[in-house]
Amino acid sequence: MAANTNDKALKYKEKTPTFKIVLAIFFAAVSVFYVMPIIIVLYNSFKTNSGIASNLFALPGAESFNGIQNYVKGMTFGNYPFWQAALWSVFITLGGVTLILLCTSMAAWYIQRSNTIFCKIVYFFCIFSMVVPFQMVMFTLSDTANKLKLTTPWGVLLIYLGFGAGLSIFMFSGFVKSIPVEIEEAADVDGAGPLRTFFGVVLPIMKPTFISVAILETMWIWNDYLLPYLILDGKLYRTIPIHMQFLNGSYGQTDHGAIMALVVLSILPIVIFYFVCQKHIIEGVVSGAVKG
Amino acid sequence: MFKKPKRKLYALIFLLPTFLAFVIGFIYPFIRGIYLSFFKFQIVTKTTFVGINNYLKAFKDESFLKSFWFTLAFVVVSVILINVLAFFIAYALTLKIRGSNLFRTVFFMPNLIGGIILGYIWHQIFDAILRSIDMPSLVTNSDLGFWGLIILMCWQQAGYMMIIYIAGFQSVPHDLYEASKIDGAGKGQMLVKVTLPMMMPSITICTFLTLTNSFKLFDQNLALTGGAPLVDGVWTTRMMALNIYKTFYGEGVSAKGVGQAEGVIFFLIVVIISLLQLYFTRRKEVQA
Repeated sequence: MAANTNDKALKYKEKTPTFKIVLAIFFAAVSVFYVMPIIIVLYNSFKTNSGIASNLFALPGAESFNGIQNYVKGMTFGNYPFWQAALWSVFITLGGVTLILLCTSMAAWYIQRSNTIFCKIVYFFCIFSMVVPFQMVMFTLSDTANKLKLTTPWGVLLIYLGFGAGLSIFMFSGFVKSIPVEIEEAADVDGAGPLRTFFGVVLPIMKPTFISVAILETMWIWNDYLLPYLILDGKLYRTIPIHMQFLNGSYGQTDHGAIMALVVLSILPIVIFYFVCQKHIIEGVVSGAVKG
Repeated sequence: MFKKPKRKLYALIFLLPTFLAFVIGFIYPFIRGIYLSFFKFQIVTKTTFVGINNYLKAFKDESFLKSFWFTLAFVVVSVILINVLAFFIAYALTLKIRGSNLFRTVFFMPNLIGGIILGYIWHQIFDAILRSIDMPSLVTNSDLGFWGLIILMCWQQAGYMMIIYIAGFQSVPHDLYEASKIDGAGKGQMLVKVTLPMMMPSITICTFLTLTNSFKLFDQNLALTGGAPLVDGVWTTRMMALNIYKTFYGEGVSAKGVGQAEGVIFFLIVVIISLLQLYFTRRKEVQA
């Protein structure tokens, strides 16, 4: 019997190679092609502007090598220090995601557990808001933000909470529905009250959804361009995407060396972050999609 | 959990912050947007009621119509290409070939990079390629702009949809394959008769996501071509989102009422098309 299964495994292994090796080689080639754009930007960030202009695909040579000059120049390029834009990006992303996670998880739990007509209406509008294109509300939203003086990075956090509520309430609600009410009722009987029940019992159970929502909202806010561009006071506050578009948009006198250096600096943290918590990111995307 | 006497008190703690932000960030701007689409205005303090005039103007606005057809063509091509590519990559990667985890990692990566930066990178690459074969820049030819945008979107989105398709393939119960094998089904038959029907939920989601993403595309469009070239006074590679944005904020045109009406039309198109799509693909879903 044992010999039989062994045989089978052997046969299975022997049968596969050629086809699968060809496929693996094919995908390896495609993968190289896939990361090429990023590699090209990486080595071009060390080239002089004339080197970039004459041949983008050539590796830096003796003549076109520019050391870290592009990086030095990029730091202050465009009348706005890059580190400041990076700092605002980090602040808005971290602040926005934290606020969204805390507020919407509480709201989603309340909506699911109290289940009044009012809650159902709010829930419906949350789902609805996910389909509405930003251009539909863009003008009135920025006007509202102006009137309420929300044009600072602090104000944008509130806007992100409102605009990001749809997806996260939807995802949290989906999860809350799957938690047996008995667990919470037990805590309630023990005299915990809703607040302690939520933070002590519900929150720890929701951890996987927390991670998924955090990943999806981070990817959105970190890369978002138009919302902060319209809301923030552009003279004082820029995020990385706003800064990059500003540099790119000034056609004619565009300094590609400096821009490429900044592209590398803005991609690097995300790529590192991606390789560190890849598993969570991919799970987050899947669970976000399956519930959406 | 929330009993009558104290329910309202807890609503203040649990629901109010999100609700308030939601009203400021979405509900109020949305309702006011619909309201303002019936007014002529340049600044919001001076509005004149014009009925459906803005809508009539929008339908006569050549750049709006052009952007509609451009967006529609883009959506059709990109939704088909992205989903077909992602589906087959996912299928191949679930065959347990060597290095499939690495490939998955690589294919997903472009999704982490923002549209503005992606648009910039690809603009440089397309122009360098075109220059090497003595062709003018991407921004001088609307066909090049169209296909450039398609390539960029496939490159970015195929990896995202692949992840969802892989999860779909992995959730097909194995005994279904075994049963069909016993019944004498070949590989191709299995794909069409077993895998495809079981994959319908994933196909529904991916079509929905690519459809709405493509319709709402803005950043990549802005950074790649910015709508150029301008032919006979119409920006030829502008998608609807960018066109509405420019009606509001660009080129000295201050017909904000028309822009708002175009925004409402845009919203209705996106909602109707995505609901139709959900209805039709959901009908094809089966139970295991």
